[in-house]
Amino acid sequence: MTTEMICAGFGGQGVLTIGRFLAQAGMKEGKNVSWLPSYGPEMRGGTANVSTVISDEPIASPIVSYPDLLVALNQPSLDKFGPMVRKDGIIIYNTNMCPRGCKRDDVQLIPVPMNDIANEIGSAIVLNMLAIGIIIGKTGLVKYESIEEVLNSFLREKNPELLEKNLQAIKRGIEIGKQYT
Amino acid sequence: MSKILMKGNEAVAEAAIRAGCRLYFAYPITPQSELIEYMAKMMPKVGGTFIQAESEVAAINMVYGAAGVGKRVMTSSSSPGISLKQEGISYMAGAELPAVIVNVQRGGPGLGDIQPAQGDYFQAVKGGGHGDYQLIVLAPCSVQEFADLASDAFDLADKYRNPVMILADGMLGQMMEPVEFKPAKTQEELEALANQHLSWCICPNADGDAKHHHEINSLELDPEILEKHVNKLYEKYAEIEKNEVRYESYNVSDDNEILCVAWGTAARVVKSAINELAVRGKSIGLVRPITCWPYPYEAIASAIGPKVKKVYVFELNSGQMVEDVKIAVNGKVPVDFWGKLGGIVFTPADIQAKLEACF
Repeated sequence: MTTEMICAGFGGQGVLTIGRFLAQAGMKEGKNVSWLPSYGPEMRGGTANVSTVISDEPIASPIVSYPDLLVALNQPSLDKFGPMVRKDGIIIYNTNMCPRGCKRDDVQLIPVPMNDIANEIGSAIVLNMLAIGIIIGKTGLVKYESIEEVLNSFLREKNPELLEKNLQAIKRGIEIGKQYT
Repeated sequence: MSKILMKGNEAVAEAAIRAGCRLYFAYPITPQSELIEYMAKMMPKVGGTFIQAESEVAAINMVYGAAGVGKRVMTSSSSPGISLKQEGISYMAGAELPAVIVNVQRGGPGLGDIQPAQGDYFQAVKGGGHGDYQLIVLAPCSVQEFADLASDAFDLADKYRNPVMILADGMLGQMMEPVEFKPAKTQEELEALANQHLSWCICPNADGDAKHHHEINSLELDPEILEKHVNKLYEKYAEIEKNEVRYESYNVSDDNEILCVAWGTAARVVKSAINELAVRGKSIGLVRPITCWPYPYEAIASAIGPKVKKVYVFELNSGQMVEDVKIAVNGKVPVDFWGKLGGIVFTPADIQAKLEACF
């Protein structure tokens, strides 16, 4: 099985990290992974996206034409990548920043007020972890334990408090994702 | 050793250090800056020397000097910076100095942009600098291969006393994939490496014997002697052509109706299109040159099966490799080309559409 995914949003929303943590968790589970960020003369507040592929097979192209899964954290990202998602694919989007939403009816839409929920958890910066949780809850792409291990290695010593908030956001995301299975 | 998720730029740097590179001189440029950053961080930790030179020209001349004392030395840059290094590269080829040069290509010509491209094929493979010389040119397509070729590049450079270029692109530099490294060279191995060039390199004259006087130079004003020297270089290049051709065959069979040729990351996009079309019963093969010089002419010629009606070249440039493919195909079947320019990377869907139109 191969899952091709695009995560997109404003620079600073942590979209690159969504792909990176999932790729790292996938690698820990023995899967083939690739992580290809957009890069360019961009800045905070500009747009950023990352193509991530997680597969049981060797990965041919790291470039994704038709993603199985899109995470759009803002409207420009949803407008740009929404039409590319495969039929019967999944679009997870942040309703707080996507006022016009998505008009497609041949994919599964998962609209979530991510900013609101992240703020409830106590920090806007856990928004990307919430998205990871929703992906895991919906698709089982990687195990929660694998993501927890990745996060531990990043934050256990550096910032245990932020680690707890991140894990809380992932767990909350998983609950939300499960509602759509 | 377990796998690490790493950017290509970092992986090639780590692999170079493990291969015994303790000298690295460069000047930063996007999209290869993580490479120089990694070297800046790691070289002091392994007792090596990192210098951010004042320019690319200075960096390549530092490489010339370090190679002249027989040490494993590397520099890296991206397209415009590699252009600046060409004089030094030609001097090194002339003086037969082993060194590794990494080019993480971006869009050109001129300053161009900072997106991935393959527009430096001619420069790397057909010359770049002045005079009659060849570089060994290695073209990785994954982060793992980028790392593996770094260590091979040093071995080839030492074996043939010739500069070796690793021709990557911005996509490979920026993307992360799992990579597994070879064990780092041991102290004994590093000493053996240091001693392998004593017969010609500039080295301490321990016993005061005047015979130890070695000269590193690319200047020879006597035409007869210079001609002899260049002929000797070409004997060496013939040896490299005989021994070092590398390529990957993907899905090549007698059922192929199309044979694709692509190199570097572009070849991976082509592979995806081939896989997608295989599901629909269309048989397409791919030859991916790993050495762009020496070029796998015979591999391409022998991959043209009985049903192949066209050889299709896909590159992220204006078709620079096509002439090498045409030499290989030698008029047997038509050779077609499609590519993207300006740092735009084609997608599997683009290639699929091009290939489907052939059936």
